[in-house]
Amino acid sequence: MKIDQDHSRFRDIVRGRIRQNLRGYISQGEMIARKGKDRVSIPIPEIDVPRFIHGSRQGGGVGQGEGKPGDPVSGGAPQEGPGGRKAGEGTADHALEVDVTLDELADILGEELELPAIENRGESRIPSEREKYTGIRRTGPESLRHFKRTYREALRRSIAAGSYDPARPIVVPQHDDKRFRSFKASTEPAANAVILYMMDVSGSMGDEQKEIVRIESFWLDTWLRKHYRGLESRYIIHDAVAREVDRDTFFHTRESGGTMISSAYRLAAELIDAHYAAEEWNIYPFHFSDGDNWSMDDTLACIEQLRRRLLPRVNQFAYGQVESPYGSGQFIKDLREHLGKDERVVTSEIRDKDGIVGSIKEFLGKGR
Amino acid sequence: MTGVTAAYSLSPRIPRYLRAEQERIERVAREYGLEFFPVLFEMVTYDQMNEIAAYGGFPNRYPHWRFGMDYERLSRSTEYGLSKIYELVINNNPAVAYLLEGNSVTDQKLVMCHVLGHVDFFRNNFTFRATDLDAPGRLVDPMRGQTESYDPDRRWIDKLANHGSIVRRLIDRHGVDKIETFVDTCLSLDNLVDPWLPFVSRTRPSEPQADDVPAPVEVPRFRAKEYMEGFINPEEYLVEQRRKLEAAEARDRGRFPLDPVADVLGFLVEHAPLERWERAILEIVREEAYYFLPQAQTKIMNEGWASYWHSRLMTERVCDATEILDYADNNAAVLATSPGQLNPYKLGVELFRDIEDRWNRGHFGREWEECDDLEEKRSWNNRLGLGREKLFEVRRLYNDVTFIDEFLTPEFAIRHKLFTFEWSNRADRFEIQSREFRKVKEKLLYQLTNRGNPFVDVVDSNHDNRGELLLRHRHEGVDLRADYARETLAALVRVWKRPVCLRTVVEGKPVILRFDGKEHSSRVES
Repeated sequence: MKIDQDHSRFRDIVRGRIRQNLRGYISQGEMIARKGKDRVSIPIPEIDVPRFIHGSRQGGGVGQGEGKPGDPVSGGAPQEGPGGRKAGEGTADHALEVDVTLDELADILGEELELPAIENRGESRIPSEREKYTGIRRTGPESLRHFKRTYREALRRSIAAGSYDPARPIVVPQHDDKRFRSFKASTEPAANAVILYMMDVSGSMGDEQKEIVRIESFWLDTWLRKHYRGLESRYIIHDAVAREVDRDTFFHTRESGGTMISSAYRLAAELIDAHYAAEEWNIYPFHFSDGDNWSMDDTLACIEQLRRRLLPRVNQFAYGQVESPYGSGQFIKDLREHLGKDERVVTSEIRDKDGIVGSIKEFLGKGR
Repeated sequence: MTGVTAAYSLSPRIPRYLRAEQERIERVAREYGLEFFPVLFEMVTYDQMNEIAAYGGFPNRYPHWRFGMDYERLSRSTEYGLSKIYELVINNNPAVAYLLEGNSVTDQKLVMCHVLGHVDFFRNNFTFRATDLDAPGRLVDPMRGQTESYDPDRRWIDKLANHGSIVRRLIDRHGVDKIETFVDTCLSLDNLVDPWLPFVSRTRPSEPQADDVPAPVEVPRFRAKEYMEGFINPEEYLVEQRRKLEAAEARDRGRFPLDPVADVLGFLVEHAPLERWERAILEIVREEAYYFLPQAQTKIMNEGWASYWHSRLMTERVCDATEILDYADNNAAVLATSPGQLNPYKLGVELFRDIEDRWNRGHFGREWEECDDLEEKRSWNNRLGLGREKLFEVRRLYNDVTFIDEFLTPEFAIRHKLFTFEWSNRADRFEIQSREFRKVKEKLLYQLTNRGNPFVDVVDSNHDNRGELLLRHRHEGVDLRADYARETLAALVRVWKRPVCLRTVVEGKPVILRFDGKEHSSRVES
């Protein structure tokens, strides 16, 4: 259609706007609403052609209906008036909701933060199944009927039966002539990846800290999903002990115990051992904590775990330290001291929501 | 008709049974006195309908992102079932109208009746004379085409398609970004037009030729007998007047334009230092703005007229008994007033019905006005039967402003529960302000005047003797929206290529807003 070109120009503008405001969206996670499996809806400032127009609210207008002076006008904000503007043209606080796919969103994120593409380390040996409508069958639902094939069969049959008259070329398909599209499952090797989210849920991690982790994980997911079709996520929470949980529990659990980070690392290593062979999987552990570990001994145990069991198998190990009023923040220093030179280790300090953008860039900036 | 059809290559692709319906409905409509251009109906899908609607009804327009935006909005709201477009008709000769595939036959008939009402309005209402491409010169006679043979050239579909190919060619040559940005710039100015321009023949007597010596100033004198001359036109008064007039003339001599120009777009086309491609685009935007102007000036009337006729045609002649419920259902949806809001369709159709009723019963004229007896007024009926005649006269000679001004009566306002509302800062909401007739009418007229747009004129093209453009906003109680005003000034600077100033009022103080290409400034005028 002719409109397609104009529509894609408009989408370009929308993308530009999203990009302009991306940092705002990242630090205010609630603005982006999930819509279905792979789409999100984002409010952007209305795109409009500026003109000399009247300021909106001073004017008022004429309405129709019951009520006496001083009553609120029912039915929401009234229209601008019959001679006025079209819907959606005018009021200042009118935001435009636009839908974008997660893929597009990842592209925008990549462009804005100048993220390098990830080089695929896995061996792409995990088979993944895809269904394609390539086959033809003799049975199937009417909605999948292949008109051309059906017609051809009918034509062939009627010629063979001698009932075809070129002067009156009427071909009536019979039941046996019908052909239907059918899908074939084809297996393709695909690069698979797993994200292991680990979070400290001890008492010192408050709601705001968790919110930061939630927002950040959304963007990490989005970016990695763009590069790996089969992306899995596993969630581990820990205080003094670690356990694997589902996503919902992950973001809503609050414990009060102490903190032993090594428990989480141990569990992560066990998960990898059990399910994710390093040569087939791209593995991304992300650990978030306020950096207040129980003891120096445990910290040393962590580093031992990392060196020996985690780092050799993962693409990158990321540690994000969320600042909290209670945490000492010592852990990141220890990590840097012991593993600072290892390029598989990325550490990032996240002060508040505005710090999320920077830490996403630090985490994903290496292209590993 | 066939010849016309061929010329447009828009052969009406509607099924035969609808074609038969169309012929029948047109026959009935003619019997009722409607006079319309030939109408080509075309059947389209939702998607096509949304596309065409996004292009303002025209299948071929110049490429621009805002059409894509409108398309997204429209298709989203059809997807969600919020709204769908029932009919779309273009002011063109022959008129082109679109029918939505998959509508019931009753709906299609309803749309056809409605469309005939619109096309009759396009053909006969005086404001649309301004869209006659073959109108002689700039002066358009509002009364042109009283005759039945009136068959103006309104091949706007072709014209807008030509605009499309011009812009596309420019895009090929200059790149899409450059052209699109400039189209954006021009669109920012497309409400700065003068609705009366097509009807104005008055031009200034030509200026004195480029003599350096200005013509001597004539001071007007009162006529007096010779012996009274010294008393009636005293010498010192004449000298003072001469001085004043000369000063004014000296000031005016430098000023251009002499009188404020409301057709800002036209002024820029003629006088802004534009490159050829820029001028081409500005002219296109201006022409299209003037094309759509009559529709903005007659929204209430146009919709009211079409609704009036579809309901008469459908209920009196077109529907059969099985269809009438479907029709009523649909009609009710179209004319529904949501609480507190004013539906222009409804207002228009009710006013037309009111006019018909009043002129049938003689509720007009001096005798009626001067009658103070409410009881007598209630039963007033002269059985004049002038309603229909009046209706046709009104559809020819009025626009929304004059329509409301003349035919909105206190009785009507009470019957239809009209009120004015205002934003209340205290309660942070819109509140009903008054039900007083005078205020309701004033507010309605205010909203309709200049299509709800602020009045902005070009006052001086050499402001402060620096080649800056000075515009004047005639403030009538409402400030301009500040952020938009700044951006629009920036657009003006891109066209004028020199700083642009706007004289307006902000929060009660006279202010000059200025943009010099880099910085916005505003200065309170003393």
